[in-house]
Amino acid sequence: MQTEAITPQSPQELAAGLKQVGYLPGDSTALVSFLAIKLGKPVLVEGPAGVGKTELAKALASHLNRTLIRLQCYEGLDEAKSLYEWNYRKQLLRIQVESQQAGWQDVQDDIFGEEFLLPRPLMTAIASEEPVVLLIDEIDKTDQEFEAMLLELLSDFQISIPELGRIEARTQPVVLLTSNNTRELTEALKRRCLYLWLDYPGLEHELEIVHLHTPELDQAIARKLVEIVHQVRQLDLKKPPSIAESIDWARTLLLLGSGDIDQATFKETMSVIVKHRTDLDTVAARVGVTLQPADASAA
Amino acid sequence: MPPPRSPNPAKAIYGGIPEQPPGKLDGQLLSFAEDLRNEGVAIGTSEILDAFEAIAHVEWGEQQSFKEALSATLAKSADDRRVFDLVFDRFFFRAAEAQAARANITESPGSNGPNNNDINLDTLRQQIAAALRDGSDDALRDLARLAIAAFGRGEGSGVLGVDVQRIRRALGLRTEPQPDLPSDDPRHDGLPRDQLRKFEQHLRRELERNLIERTASLPPKRPLNELDRALPSGPIQDLAAVHKVVAQLKRRLATQGHELKGHNRHAHVDFRRTMRASLQTGGVPIDLKYRPKRPRRPEIFVLCDVSTSVTSASTFFLSVLHALHDAFRKLRSFVFIERISEVTDVFERERDFRAASEAISRDAGVADVSGYTDYGRVWLEFLTTIEDELHPRATVIVLGDARTNGRPPRDDVFAAITQKAGRTFWLNPEPRLYWNYGDSVIATYEQHCTAFECWRTDQLEDFVKALTRPDSP
Repeated sequence: MQTEAITPQSPQELAAGLKQVGYLPGDSTALVSFLAIKLGKPVLVEGPAGVGKTELAKALASHLNRTLIRLQCYEGLDEAKSLYEWNYRKQLLRIQVESQQAGWQDVQDDIFGEEFLLPRPLMTAIASEEPVVLLIDEIDKTDQEFEAMLLELLSDFQISIPELGRIEARTQPVVLLTSNNTRELTEALKRRCLYLWLDYPGLEHELEIVHLHTPELDQAIARKLVEIVHQVRQLDLKKPPSIAESIDWARTLLLLGSGDIDQATFKETMSVIVKHRTDLDTVAARVGVTLQPADASAA
Repeated sequence: MPPPRSPNPAKAIYGGIPEQPPGKLDGQLLSFAEDLRNEGVAIGTSEILDAFEAIAHVEWGEQQSFKEALSATLAKSADDRRVFDLVFDRFFFRAAEAQAARANITESPGSNGPNNNDINLDTLRQQIAAALRDGSDDALRDLARLAIAAFGRGEGSGVLGVDVQRIRRALGLRTEPQPDLPSDDPRHDGLPRDQLRKFEQHLRRELERNLIERTASLPPKRPLNELDRALPSGPIQDLAAVHKVVAQLKRRLATQGHELKGHNRHAHVDFRRTMRASLQTGGVPIDLKYRPKRPRRPEIFVLCDVSTSVTSASTFFLSVLHALHDAFRKLRSFVFIERISEVTDVFERERDFRAASEAISRDAGVADVSGYTDYGRVWLEFLTTIEDELHPRATVIVLGDARTNGRPPRDDVFAAITQKAGRTFWLNPEPRLYWNYGDSVIATYEQHCTAFECWRTDQLEDFVKALTRPDSP
């Protein structure tokens, strides 16, 4: 399955490659990703929910022909779940089998070998033979203690295990950290990363994205759809619609075979892009009424 | 690239760092970083090194790539990013102009590009409108110069904004559709607002460039407008200092998390880790391993007065609240005047301080009739809503001036609250000298809690020390 890994020579080349795998990067996205690969530095990707932060990692992995290793962060995530753990059951077995014949020193040397190590995502990424893409998703959900633990990994690409010594990266992984900006990350972490701020795309850019995913949808409708989504994002909502939701909406319209977005269609399908009770009311009152009434064309 | 020039330290563009004679870019970048630092962006040496490394990999022909490479390495938050954009424009524009002025490079009209008289005005209008629609930034810049050559001849009005609008009108560029134009004209359906604004920026910049050429001097460096940077604005005198302290506070609270834990006498044995440790002693569990003690961060309830008598202080308080919110996982914030209202979700939703304080003044609905603080009622409401959730590990912090406006202080209810909670602190924004004068009843409340005067930033720090001290009563 693994073909040879690709190393892009220019941001433009990388952008074209990402486009081939279904991700349309903005100029800065392509450039920063390119720098990350060239400089071997992790990238901290911040931005509102649903602008394609996680997608970027997936697209990079698939374009560069690398395995994607994903570490989903949550409150209380610790080393045992993210770095490594000793397989103590196996260690116990080994002791029972060997302790009769072998001397103490042998057993001790034995049971703290790599054989008894259970690698977790970060360790896997470091130890992999092939270069990988490592995605540390929603880093802002973890504690600051965990961030501190990441520092060694991010700056030197190595992990220290007290019993074993240092494990250094065999290949240079591309590391992406995403954050929804719910908590300010520490300076130390930021200092080690390149910074990429992903915002909602501009109208034309989003239109292209929608078109890429639903090529069958009529251009005029797609444009109207994106315009409405942009209008909706202007409102003060609990959760503004993401790019994924624009695409979902486009697919919905395609499935329903709608020829135009009028008031009726909008009312029926707006739950695809707006997902809060109060938001629904706001959107209906502010955006819905600006559309053509359904029976205007019929009458 | 500017033409090479003999090194002359006296001509350094900005005082601070002298230019490096051979590779002048280094000096420029360093002084750019210095400029950023002056505007409050924290940049370390490692970041500057990164920036140098990064720009080695991008093409400089396109300004956008150069800028993105720098911003990815230097500006590492949304706020910093905003400042970066402003400083970048200011810095490189001034640097280029200073260079040009020193080298006596001027652009005499007609020396490059088509002669002014040859410009067909209608074609130009069409070209600009088309470029606006297609959104090519570089084309826009070139067209902006042509537009100035065509329409903005002469000295102009002297006010850049007026000239920009005059040229825009002359070009007939509008965002709204212009149905009387032929349908193949790009302006027929109106032009995108963002593009038009960008074009206006180009116009402004080019006009400024002309001005510099005419007068052969740089206008003074304009410090970034506070509004541009979207920092909270308020009546408090020393907002910048508050923010600095609050930022330090955040860091300190973050690092002191461990000290906040309570006494945890009965630890639980971690079986897995005990077994693992026992391997070193041949399977005999000699060392008992305990479950790690999670740093216990106290549950904090903050009550903040936002009435008019403390207007100047509430900005201060709210920013403190905001800072606290990041540092403690369990923090519930309330604002009150006559009634009390929980605003915890506002802070969770809004990362930006200004947005948060706007949302609070808009939706909290804490003023009733008079708009004067009614402490008695507030205590009652607080106690009824939150009674079940107060426990001995909870910390209650009240931010207010304890001026009851002649209403009953109801310190009995307040005492009930303090008894239920583990610790209660009162932060008073008035100097101690004014305490208990007029309608201030802080002494009544002080019997039940620890009161701090808190109208200077160093006092705030004292309070934070008290708050994070582990062995408090």
